[in-house]
Amino acid sequence: MKKLDWKSFLFGAALGVAPIATVAVVSLTSSEATAQLWGRFRSQAVVAAPGQVVVCSETSVDDGAKSENAEFVASSTQWTRGFDDSWVAEELERHPIKKIDDNKTVWNIKGSQKEGHTYGNYTEADALLWKKETERLVAEGSLIFHSADLLGSKNGVSCDMCHPDAEGTHAETYPKYQVQLGRVALLRDMSNWCLTQPCRGEAMSGDDPRMRALEAYMHAMRSGKPMKYGKH
Amino acid sequence: MSRYRRENLETQVERERTEFFAALNNLDRRSFLKVAAASCAAATAAGATFGSFQPLRFVGAQDAAGNASNAGFKVAYISDSHLYVKEKNDRFANALMRAVDDVNAMEEQPDFVFYGGDLAQLGRPEELQLGYDILKELKAPLKIMVGEHDWYYDMGEKWKSLFGEPQWSFDHKGVRFVCLMSVLEEDFWTERKMTPAERMSTVAGLDNRVQRPFQVGEASRKWLEETLADCPDDKPIVVFSHSPLYQLYKDWNFWTEDAEEVQAILSRFEKVTVIHGHTHQLLTNQIDNISFHGLLSTAWPWPYAPQGTPELTVPMNRSDPFNAMDGCGDGEFRVSAEGLVDKVYNIWNRKPILVPAAYVRDGDESQMPPRPNIPNY
Repeated sequence: MKKLDWKSFLFGAALGVAPIATVAVVSLTSSEATAQLWGRFRSQAVVAAPGQVVVCSETSVDDGAKSENAEFVASSTQWTRGFDDSWVAEELERHPIKKIDDNKTVWNIKGSQKEGHTYGNYTEADALLWKKETERLVAEGSLIFHSADLLGSKNGVSCDMCHPDAEGTHAETYPKYQVQLGRVALLRDMSNWCLTQPCRGEAMSGDDPRMRALEAYMHAMRSGKPMKYGKH
Repeated sequence: MSRYRRENLETQVERERTEFFAALNNLDRRSFLKVAAASCAAATAAGATFGSFQPLRFVGAQDAAGNASNAGFKVAYISDSHLYVKEKNDRFANALMRAVDDVNAMEEQPDFVFYGGDLAQLGRPEELQLGYDILKELKAPLKIMVGEHDWYYDMGEKWKSLFGEPQWSFDHKGVRFVCLMSVLEEDFWTERKMTPAERMSTVAGLDNRVQRPFQVGEASRKWLEETLADCPDDKPIVVFSHSPLYQLYKDWNFWTEDAEEVQAILSRFEKVTVIHGHTHQLLTNQIDNISFHGLLSTAWPWPYAPQGTPELTVPMNRSDPFNAMDGCGDGEFRVSAEGLVDKVYNIWNRKPILVPAAYVRDGDESQMPPRPNIPNY
């Protein structure tokens, strides 16, 4: 089994910048509306020069301050697409995630209102792209969730040791007044408590790509639980 | 407490004080020491608890003490310490030392101490050696079982050099004790060209689906049958296994693939108790003639599985992550003269919970353990 580390992960990301256009052509319909939309998405995806993509390198694991820069975060691999993602399949085999919505309700809509509507002309292929991209972020979260090293844990403790399959993370109950903290907490605040206390590591900033991925994983795994903010 | 919500503080303190001293009369000396320790702790934490007295009541103490004086004996247990080397993680080592202190401090020493497996976290020789060094401080004799975390780095080599064969059996005061190695997994590592370390970390992940389900295996089932061949049907049997010998939740290996075959071997006996590790929580089940009890971990509690928890189980209160050792602990079980097992979960910093045979085996609801007030979800 090929062991995945952040360096090869990022290397893959850098390589992946090139085929973006190809993927877009293959997976999206050629309708004008879709093309416009794709242009809009692509303009949001800041394509980083290879040198910039160092967000999750080993040095930055120990230096959370770097990721406080939103621009820096936007340039992370989470905003690019289409690169080699064989690691995703490996991660999802180890730690399967909950089924993502198939979005059948928004593709091939029959009826008169689809003309000019955002969701008017999508196909199953589009939905597959959305699925793939979303699952990649969730898989990235899964990777971090299950790795003391990527979390920056100092004592070998990782999230999955108390929260197999993200059980007990209760992502659907935030924000809530966390009685033990004496203040209202977001999911990331509670995650940071875990990172600094049981894991004896460093807190992550809210826009740290690792924190974004962790949140993605926890939300995905608590899928189907009723949202109930404030619940204990 | 809701009954008393309208009392003023003085009345409340007075009432709790009275109840506390009344409770003292019902305790044996060991439990008394526990109460004394708890009240010291309560006094220290007075600010936080708003002057509440919080006496520690040993659930069912009268029963246990009363029966114990007639006959039967006591076994202490410690389980699932998941030790890393001390330099990496002192917390888990300290927790195991706390459990050893707990057992050594028992006024009435147990006949033996049973260790429920997963002594090490990643099966490294240094981790197992550390566990060995801590456990040898026990005053009572140690009987130890292997867990998957102890095994899959060197396939049991170091463990066996420290503790001997993973399967054993002996008679004690009319009860046959048998220990089964129940964490065999089919080979998934050769095909994937995994190193021993990769194999170990795959097995060490509870929610890792690359690993295979646990099983006792044909050879060990045969061994079990032969070991029990000379026992009459009415002889009490206590079986130790790391995984629960029933099928509860496959994704986390709260599961034994050949559980039904093992149960079939045990079916001719009238009184069978299975004590298992791995699940890190209060877990109770009864299948026909067999009673099942889980063990607490000293390292961390697992959440209850999303499905499959037996109806008989009264779950423990959800653990408070801010209370470093909450949901962890050790405990004991008392084997009565008839060979029935009353199980005590000594959850640290909480009241011990008794799960008596009268509830598990005979379904006596009046003996049901107290229900949790914070639901698991």
